[in-house]
Amino acid sequence: MQLIRKFYYGDIPEETGGAAKPASTSSSSDWPLWEVFIRSKQGLEHKHVGSLHAADANMAIENARDVYTRRSEGISIWVVESKHIKTSNPEASAELYEPAQDKIYRHPTFYDLPDEIKHM
Amino acid sequence: MTNSSLVDFTLYLADSTLVLGQRNGEWCGHGPVLEQDIAITNITLDLIGQARSFYQYAAKLIGNDCTEDRLAYWRNEREFKNGLLCERPNGDWAQTIARQTFFSFYQRELFTQLLNGSDSTLAAIAEKSLKEVRYHCRWSSEWICRLGDGTDESHQRLLNALDNLWPYTGELFIAAQYEKDLKIDTAGMSISWMTALSDLFAEATLPPPSLTSTFMHTGGKTGQHTESLGYLLAEMQYVQRSYPGCEW
Repeated sequence: MQLIRKFYYGDIPEETGGAAKPASTSSSSDWPLWEVFIRSKQGLEHKHVGSLHAADANMAIENARDVYTRRSEGISIWVVESKHIKTSNPEASAELYEPAQDKIYRHPTFYDLPDEIKHM
Repeated sequence: MTNSSLVDFTLYLADSTLVLGQRNGEWCGHGPVLEQDIAITNITLDLIGQARSFYQYAAKLIGNDCTEDRLAYWRNEREFKNGLLCERPNGDWAQTIARQTFFSFYQRELFTQLLNGSDSTLAAIAEKSLKEVRYHCRWSSEWICRLGDGTDESHQRLLNALDNLWPYTGELFIAAQYEKDLKIDTAGMSISWMTALSDLFAEATLPPPSLTSTFMHTGGKTGQHTESLGYLLAEMQYVQRSYPGCEW
């Protein structure tokens, strides 16, 4: 029999009496996963920085602001629900990527650039 | 305007932000989800940053080698001037959100007024802090809508929280002597505060607020607090009092 139950601040015990819930019913797994893209400054593109949980797109933006821009990392945020991202199949990587490996002529490395041209 | 009124008012601003910051900080590591744990502690850091600015200014006004740490850690309960709302316990998430909403909306009105006030230091702190406060208003408003217009349970919890905290809001708009001396227009603030809250409550499907219908607690602005503050200060001040002058 459990005689002493210690709770901290906002951890109000619910149906489990404060015991840890199984991972599958935790509130964060009820919220969908979002991918976060941050633009660090004007003129640069948005870059993927990580993911987070949020109930909807507005909350995802605010969560991204709090989680990923606390140290002035960005000036613009994109979020997209992770389920909308289609990934390439890793098992198909042989036919997808390897044929490009011996086509060095596709790299623009055979041109001499004048010194005056910066940022290439 | 007397210097002691300005000191008292600056301490009121400092104590309110420090005490609410300390309360919110109790959520650190205990937030409902990781992302919101970070959000509430970000707000905490904003509040404590504001408190530092106010304490530094108060220390300068007081002189005699007074420091911000001296003011934060070496004054007792009866010397703290924070609004009672700020010291109320966290309760559940709804209560924390309700408290933050009431206070952030109040800060927005107050700092807007300080921005145009006669004291240039307070105006500068207010200008910097307003950007933070606007975000706090936005963040807590979203939660009021989520909880109020969410499930039956979240709606009920928020109603309980609002009932619980409402009697501590009236004090914010009753001018203490030092606010009267500095010509702070608390009545004007209460009108715009109430208008903004009414709009928010309507959007969140909550009954409209009314400042006149309830008994309001007072005393925080002059050092008469609820029993909660002593415990909070004991935890917050313990290290400095046990090891005076210790540093990280």
